[in-house]
Amino acid sequence: MGRNVLLIEDEPNIIEAIRFILSRDGWSVQTHSDGRNAFDAVRTRKPDLVILDVMLPGRSGFEILHDIRADAETQTLPVLMLTAKGQTKDREMATKLGVDRFMSKPFSNADVLAAVRELAGS
Amino acid sequence: MMLGLRQSDLAKEVGISPSYLNLIEHNRRRIGGKLLVDLARKLEVEASLLAEGAEAALLEDLREAAAGFGAGKVDLTRIDEFAGRFPGWAQLLVERHRRVGELERIVETLTDRMTHDPFLSASLHEVLSTVTAIRSTAAILSDTADLDHDWQVRFHRNLRDESHRLTESAQALVSYLDDNSGSADRQSSPREEVEAFLQARDFHIPELEGRPGNVEALIASGVELTTSAARDMARRYLARYAQDAQALPLESFAEAVPRLNADPGRLAQHFGTDPGTVFRRLATLPEDRMPTRVGLVICDGSGTLTFRRPLPGFALPRFGAACALWPLYQALSQPTAQIRAVVEQPARPPQRFLTYALCQPLQGAGFGAPQVYESAMLILPDQMDTSERAYPVGTSCRICPRGDCPARREPSILSAGI
Repeated sequence: MGRNVLLIEDEPNIIEAIRFILSRDGWSVQTHSDGRNAFDAVRTRKPDLVILDVMLPGRSGFEILHDIRADAETQTLPVLMLTAKGQTKDREMATKLGVDRFMSKPFSNADVLAAVRELAGS
Repeated sequence: MMLGLRQSDLAKEVGISPSYLNLIEHNRRRIGGKLLVDLARKLEVEASLLAEGAEAALLEDLREAAAGFGAGKVDLTRIDEFAGRFPGWAQLLVERHRRVGELERIVETLTDRMTHDPFLSASLHEVLSTVTAIRSTAAILSDTADLDHDWQVRFHRNLRDESHRLTESAQALVSYLDDNSGSADRQSSPREEVEAFLQARDFHIPELEGRPGNVEALIASGVELTTSAARDMARRYLARYAQDAQALPLESFAEAVPRLNADPGRLAQHFGTDPGTVFRRLATLPEDRMPTRVGLVICDGSGTLTFRRPLPGFALPRFGAACALWPLYQALSQPTAQIRAVVEQPARPPQRFLTYALCQPLQGAGFGAPQVYESAMLILPDQMDTSERAYPVGTSCRICPRGDCPARREPSILSAGI
């Protein structure tokens, strides 16, 4: 499996931190911040793994996840979802839509790294 | 109606109003005795048959109440016997059941409001996002051994920006919660209305100083007092105020306070009165006549706070009972003992206060009747004499961070002790 991650997140300083951690671990990280055309970005950039925030401008991470799972080309793409609302409701929603991993903010860097490695390995 | 009888005619014939008959017909009123027999005779039916309709409605309601209680816990086969033998209790049960349903709906509405309040939700999201960025960035700075200079500068700047943002969003959240709790649409209790009334006047009522003032006029002018219960409580408070003002006239009392170092014991001795009156009087002097600000809390024998004059820095609970370690409650368990104690509230930094507490019996109970006590605690800012031992106290358990407290009655909603 390749080591290309697409990070869909709109908080610049979170982007910078995650990008730094993953880059040092040997990943190539691309980023995207707009919910509206996030799915297009997934299709054109063809990442090996997506890290997806729930609260994005324009379109929610749930809708984007739905699109990813509905498209034959991206159906099996590993998705790690991030949310600042760790409620059971959100977790259930993400599970129903077929997420691979779900993490609540604030997370630790080590957790993100471990989750990404695990998803890439599977 | 059967027999071509008009409802109004039937009502007239048995000697009741048509609207009352209407209620009976719709099983809203249970009847028996002579009225039931009269009605049955006019309608040419058995009295027992007539009573059955009402009975059936009650039984239906009882079954509904039992349904929510879990199968097997209620003996449904004996429901007729229950309703027949204890119609009043059965009705009470049905009405309580209805009330529970109403209250459940209110709780649901309020919970929804909490969960779906858009501002609250957005603020919390903002706080969590900022905390995430700070946590991640801080971890990189501390855990990356060979971080080059440019990255270091960059992450330090991010850290600074995010902590500014966190400050702002936390402040916005706090002021939102403050505003919200103080808004007019909040339902307030009569006691809170009286407190608002007194607070608006800084607890000093010049109209009652030195002359028998017009309590009724004062109450009529109190826009804060919206209910008759609040007006009644204010009336009793003001009557006591007037009595205290006569016992300890403003001018001579205010002159003696700084001279006797605001010591309630010495003041009581000097004026030949009880310290309880001195406590209350100290809490009603105009601020410019006092050498220091004071707070006062009074509770009854059950520990319920009946009066609160806050002192900045000394946190009082907004609802429910206060900290059981307060000298106020120590006094309650040893009536007439004059207690003086320095206490410390768990703020950052800890706040020290000098307190005087005393529990006195209230007049008027008489021999043979249960004795009614009232406990009061005067709170003054500490003179910062650090040689004196300060007793740790709190506000109320739910918001108290002190771990390992022998007086704790419920867990704190704060996560860790300080």
